[in-house]
Amino acid sequence: MKIVVCIKQVPDTKGGVKFKPDGTLDRGAMLAIMNPDDKAGLEAALRIKDEDPDNTEVTVVTMGLPKADDVLREALAMGADKGLLITDRVLGGADTWATSSTIAGALKNMEYDLIITGRQAIDGDTAQVGPQISEHLGIPVISYAEEVKVDRKAGTVTVKRQFDDRYHMLTAKLPCLITALSELNEPRYMTPGGIYDAYADDSRVTVWGRDKLDVADENIGKNGSPTVIAKASDKVAKGKGEVVAPDSPAEAVDYIIGKLTEKHVI
Amino acid sequence: MDFSLSKEHVLARQLFKEFAEKEVKPLAIEVDEKHEFPRETVTKMQKYGFMGIPIPKEYGGQGCDPLTYAMCVEELAKVCGTTAVIVSAHTSLCCDPIMTYGTEDQKQKYLVPLAKGEKLGAFGLTEPGAGTDAQGVQTKAVLSDDEKEWILNGSKCFITNGKEADVYIIIAYTDVVEDKKGRKQKKFSAFIVEKDTPGFTFGTKENKMGICGSSTYELIFQDCHIPVENLLGTRGKGFAIAMHTLDGGRIGIAAQALGIAEGALDRTIEYVKERKQFGRSIGAFQNTQFQLANMATQVEAAKLLVYQAADAKATKSYYGVEAAKAKLFAAETAMDVTTKCVQLFGGYGYIREYEVERMMRDAKITEIYEGTSEVQRMVISGALLK
Repeated sequence: MKIVVCIKQVPDTKGGVKFKPDGTLDRGAMLAIMNPDDKAGLEAALRIKDEDPDNTEVTVVTMGLPKADDVLREALAMGADKGLLITDRVLGGADTWATSSTIAGALKNMEYDLIITGRQAIDGDTAQVGPQISEHLGIPVISYAEEVKVDRKAGTVTVKRQFDDRYHMLTAKLPCLITALSELNEPRYMTPGGIYDAYADDSRVTVWGRDKLDVADENIGKNGSPTVIAKASDKVAKGKGEVVAPDSPAEAVDYIIGKLTEKHVI
Repeated sequence: MDFSLSKEHVLARQLFKEFAEKEVKPLAIEVDEKHEFPRETVTKMQKYGFMGIPIPKEYGGQGCDPLTYAMCVEELAKVCGTTAVIVSAHTSLCCDPIMTYGTEDQKQKYLVPLAKGEKLGAFGLTEPGAGTDAQGVQTKAVLSDDEKEWILNGSKCFITNGKEADVYIIIAYTDVVEDKKGRKQKKFSAFIVEKDTPGFTFGTKENKMGICGSSTYELIFQDCHIPVENLLGTRGKGFAIAMHTLDGGRIGIAAQALGIAEGALDRTIEYVKERKQFGRSIGAFQNTQFQLANMATQVEAAKLLVYQAADAKATKSYYGVEAAKAKLFAAETAMDVTTKCVQLFGGYGYIREYEVERMMRDAKITEIYEGTSEVQRMVISGALLK
C-alpha cells in the first residue's frame, strides 16, 4: 500500500507572529515547523504502516523553497520512507489553486492508494488545498478526519469525520484523499538515530522542478493564482471588556449564556 | 574553525527540546517534591531511543555522536536535573564502559538491552571511606576455589539510579601488591553485577538537597557470587576503567550543569520582563541587565567547553582534560548563575513553584559528583605540570 502525505513547513506562531513592513509574514524571522494538522496526517499514515510495515510505503511531499527539505527530513526521522520536494522559482507566489494544481501535477506522476493532507495550514488557514488536490485528481475526499481505518483486503478507508454538532462515519474506496485534524492523534517524536538516518542517505529525498510536473503553465506560480491580496493588516484590537455585577452566581451564569448565545458561540 | 552545528544536531536539539518541554517539564516540580523516580518518563525515553544515543546501532543504540548525547542531557536538564542525571549515569557510567571494555558476549547480554532502554544501568565506585581517594575502597572480590565465580563483599554509597537499575558496574579490589618502596597497593577490577543476584541488597536511600527524584542508594554486597565471565576488562585494570569511565561521565554532568544554568537563565529573562518595581520592569534596571549579560556570557563559554569536550570524545583517544575543564567550568557556572537567578527573582525565587530554587539545589551536586571541582583542578593541573 502506498500512502502519500502532503506536508507544509510553516512559521511557528508560538513565539509570536512577525510581519514585514508590507504586511506579509516575515518567515525568515520566525522558526519553521511542520504544520500541526499535517503532522497528525503523517502520524495517521505511520500508524497504518505500523500495522503492516513490510507492505506499506509512506512518502511525504512538500512544495516550497529548498530549505523545506528540513521538514521532509523531520518526517523521515519520524518514520516516513521517502520524501519529495517540489521546488522551482516559477512555482513561487502560488495561492491555493496554483498550489493544489502543482501538487496534483506531481501526484499524477506518482503511485498512491491513499493521500493524506492536513485540514489546513496555520499560516494561511484556508483548508482548500487538500480538497482541491482531490478534485484535480478526480478521487474522493473525506475532510476533517478524526479517526482513520484502512481495510486492505476490501481496498477501502473508513473515516470518522467531524461535522458541526455530530460525526459522520464514511467509507470510501481507495484511492482516496483524507484531510486530517490535529486532534486525530498525538504524533510520535523523531528518534535520534532516525535523524541521523534521515540525513545519511540523500537518495531518500527526491527533488522535482517544473519539468517533472503534469500541470499547465497557466495553473502554476503567481501568474496561475487567481487570488490577489488587496491589503494585509493586523487584527483590529478588541474593544474594552464589559464589567457587570450580577446579584447571584445563577444570574451571572444566565448572563454569560445569554451573551454566548447572542454571539452564536453556543 | 567552524562553530556551526550540523543539520543532524539542529534537528536532534529540536527533538530533545520538544520532548523536554512536553514530557519532562510538567512533572519536574512533583518529581522534586515527592522525591519520586520518574519511571514513566524513563519508559517514554526508552521508546524514543534516548537511553542509548551514543551506542552503535548493532548494539541496540542510536549510533549518534557524543555531542548529540550531550545535547540530550542539556535539554533535559533545562527543565529537570533529575531526568538529565538518570540518562547521564545510565549512558556514560554503565553503557559506555561495557561498550569500551566488554567482550562480545557481555555486549550482547548487557549492552543491547541497556542501549535499547529495556534495562537501566548504574555505576558503583564511591564508598563511605573512598570518594576521591580510590585506595580507600574496601569492597573486595575474591575468586572462588573452583575459579568459576568472584565473591564480592563490601558496600557502595551515593549510587545514582541505585535501586531502579538492573545492571551495575562495580569496582572492587582483587589483589594487593607491593610497590617499589614496599608500600601495599590495591589493584582494582570492574564487574558487571545484575540486580537480584543473591547477596546483593540495598541499604540507605539518601535524602538529598537536589536532584531529588534520582534514586540514590547504598549498595551492599555480602558473599555476592558473580560469574567469572562478568569481570569487565582485565583483572587489575579496574582503576583505569573507572577513571576512563568518569572522563566520559564528566561530559554528561557538564552538559547537565550547562542545561541547569540555561534553564534558570531562560526563566529569569522572562521574569525580569514581567516583574514590575518602581513603575517599570526590573529588566529596565542596569543591575539586572549587567547580571543577565554576565550570566549569558558565562553560559556561552560553558557551552563551548562542553561541546568541545564532546567533540574530543568523538575524535581523540584521551579527552580527560577537556572533560575536566568542561565539568569544572559548567558546574561552577551552574551554581553561580542559579544563585544569581534566585536573587533576581527576589522573594519569589525562594518559592518552590518558581523553580529557580530547585535549579540552584540541583546545580550544587554538579560541583561534587563524578569528581569534585577540586578533583577537576587536579586533573587539569596534572596535565599542565606533567
